[in-house]
Amino acid sequence: MTNPTTSEIIARCQELYDDLRFTSARDWKDAEPGRKVIAHMPIYVPRELIHAAGMLPLGIMGGGDNLEVIHGDAYYQSYICRIPRSTIELGLSGRLDFVDGMIFPSICDVIRNLSGMWKMLFPEVYVKYFDVPQTYDDDIGGTFYIGEMREFLTDLEALAGRKISDDDIRTSITVYNENRRAIAELYRLRAAKPWQAPASEAYLVMRAGLTLPVEDHTRLVHDYIAAAKAEKRPIKDNSRIILTGMFCEQPPLNLIKSLELSGCYVVDDDFMLVSRWLVGDVPTDGDPVYNLSQAFLHQSMSTAAKYEPDEAEKGQFLVRAVRDTGAEGVIFASTSFCDPALLDRPMLQNVLKAADIPYIAFKYSENSGQMQPIREQAGTFVDSIKLWSAA
Amino acid sequence: MKPSILKAQPADVQKDASMIKQKQMMAGHYDRLTSAPETGAKVASTFVPGNLNELIMCFDLVNNLPEVNAIQNGLRKKSGAYIMEAERSGHSEDVCTYVKSDIGMMLKGNIGPNGKPLPKPDVLLLSYTGCFTFLKWFELLREQYKCPTIFLQTPYMADGKITPNMIQYMVKQLKENVIPVLEEVSGVKFDIDRLREYLKKSAVAEDDLVAVLQSAKNKPSPIDAYFGGIYYIGPIFGAFRGTDDAIDYYRFLRAEVEERIAKGLGPVTPDGTMSEEKYRLVVEGPPNYTNFRQFWKMFYDEGATVVASSYTKVGGTYDYGFRHNPDKPLESLAEYCLNVYTNRSLPMRIDMLSDYINEYEADGLLINSIKSCNSFSAGQLLIMREVEKRTGKPAAFIESDLVDPRYFSGANIKNRLESYFQMVEQKRSGRGAAA
Ligand code: SF4
Ligand code: SF4
Repeated sequence: MTNPTTSEIIARCQELYDDLRFTSARDWKDAEPGRKVIAHMPIYVPRELIHAAGMLPLGIMGGGDNLEVIHGDAYYQSYICRIPRSTIELGLSGRLDFVDGMIFPSICDVIRNLSGMWKMLFPEVYVKYFDVPQTYDDDIGGTFYIGEMREFLTDLEALAGRKISDDDIRTSITVYNENRRAIAELYRLRAAKPWQAPASEAYLVMRAGLTLPVEDHTRLVHDYIAAAKAEKRPIKDNSRIILTGMFCEQPPLNLIKSLELSGCYVVDDDFMLVSRWLVGDVPTDGDPVYNLSQAFLHQSMSTAAKYEPDEAEKGQFLVRAVRDTGAEGVIFASTSFCDPALLDRPMLQNVLKAADIPYIAFKYSENSGQMQPIREQAGTFVDSIKLWSAA
Repeated sequence: MKPSILKAQPADVQKDASMIKQKQMMAGHYDRLTSAPETGAKVASTFVPGNLNELIMCFDLVNNLPEVNAIQNGLRKKSGAYIMEAERSGHSEDVCTYVKSDIGMMLKGNIGPNGKPLPKPDVLLLSYTGCFTFLKWFELLREQYKCPTIFLQTPYMADGKITPNMIQYMVKQLKENVIPVLEEVSGVKFDIDRLREYLKKSAVAEDDLVAVLQSAKNKPSPIDAYFGGIYYIGPIFGAFRGTDDAIDYYRFLRAEVEERIAKGLGPVTPDGTMSEEKYRLVVEGPPNYTNFRQFWKMFYDEGATVVASSYTKVGGTYDYGFRHNPDKPLESLAEYCLNVYTNRSLPMRIDMLSDYINEYEADGLLINSIKSCNSFSAGQLLIMREVEKRTGKPAAFIESDLVDPRYFSGANIKNRLESYFQMVEQKRSGRGAAA
């Protein structure tokens, strides 16, 4: 069999991205009796546990710009971000009617409160607010987190109607390790040769990972990397930038394309952190729940929804990302009304200022239509980066 | 325009012993804070929900509450300028205005309500309950003050229950993270018996506070449990829980309220005693502080008394039975934090508001949705519909902000309230029943 081309792979990913009825997840569920789908919102849940229960984790990132929000607005005031209302729309319009459980990670007050709303609106569905520690000592945060994961496992066992063994979890850790490695390779490729793996394509490849079974997604990522490397693509005189702040409500795909059109090579981002949250492999020997907790406490990404206990470390993840990817600047793109991202932003900007790294900031929402202002702003930023580097 | 139904005028209002006591307490507290550089007292900044005042006192630290400073600045009409200052320095117009008011105040010299500069905190006690914004708020303050920051996370009560895992997590944090750093910063050794003594005192004042809040079940209600309630919760939510002053204050207050019940009097308002109680309301959400009097007047002018509110539970849900317990000191602090209103799941909030409507025989629910407070506001429209459905009583929705004067539109709110009161009338006369 010949390797698929990038355009074939991206067409498949685009189809998954556009399909707000989640047909592929429905098909997976229908393929065998008793299968269950557990949906989750950003930013992180240990998908290994869901997988170990024989279920499909399905990442829900709101409704995007193609969903007409009819009911959702009746649940939210105008000064609240869009992702909860479009997610409610997905629920009320029956698009999630095949989902057996819905997990709300501990990211902010909006998602937290949405967990209670979901309980009221969809009483027949298993709903869980998944609390995580914001303290990272093994004995304190670690013990708490293990306790929360064990509770989650008990719930999953009840849903699955069977015990989940440590070996089940170890197997799941193994397949997710493979997925994380594939994704890390994709990000490395994009950082090294952004013209070979443009951000808008990488984005779609990553998004597919929220819908597909993890084993299929890992294959897809490898296929994409192989195809992207094989393809001859022109190198443009773009500037290398890092996008940050987009960890929850997603930008319209057009926004990413607009940034590329205005001269940006996106060499790192925080789009779908669930797939990259744990950095490196999680060990597969010993107690798997303990291993997952250790990875969460000591080897996980930084983001605005997380407390940084060490002041000296605040924002350094961004400085390191700039150094590691050879980025020339940072774009803070935050969802309107997003308290975590917008409150974090000035602190991160101060860190970048101290490190002499240029940045700009703008806000968006998942249904932003007007790209012109963003394109102009990004274009000016790119020009100024070039001027600085020439000076 | 309707004539005011108030009979008593401000001249008739005599200052109650509790009010005088509270003023003295607050003034004394701000003096203790602003004179810290001279007295050498050490200062801990911390938040109202999840406030560990008894523990802080064990280390002879003075408690500084940024939210209370923001409220003071709102009431004194200073918050608007502070918020703009914070926005000029790079903060988004979209985020919590408490934070911006605090940052703006800091940028403008940190002048406290007594006109003197507030001291730099010696420690930031990030006891974080019911709102994610607190995390970022103290990261922002830490960036400025460069002082030790202690972290205490309260898990969210998403399933309506407190699990052993939650309590153990909190107690461990208290033992291993909070207490050792407080000892280090203050130079005072932790004495659990001292903590027990304070907790014992807390429980005494808490009993009286509950009696005061529940007095609103009388008809007429002798108190306004929202506008008036904000004054009543001040000492116990702030820097006085666990003190003799708080015990005295709540004893005076309770006696005054009981006297009002005996005399059949309504609540005290800035314009005197309300003489006719026409509407009994339950209110969800914080108030507006920049136009506090104007806002309150819209209620008492119409004869509307708030008989129960959720805002007066952000520093503890004592009316649901919780008391600080000297026999389980650290567990009790944990339970206290877990129980605060904003740490309760949405279904729990709905239950609480519906119960209030029934128990206090209220005419309906009013929601004041705060533009910049996601913790309270996200989900309020569903709360409104659900409470309406369960109680059969009408609900209404108004919008303002806690301390940002740009989001207070008096005319809009007044219109909404007037239509709401008409709706209540209709419901009473049965005309709205089919709607
Ligand atoms: S976009 Fe921001 S505020 Fe909205 S749900 Fe996500 S993290 Fe919360
Ligand atoms: S978001 Fe609301 S609860 Fe949180 S700090 Fe601001 S005003 Fe308080």
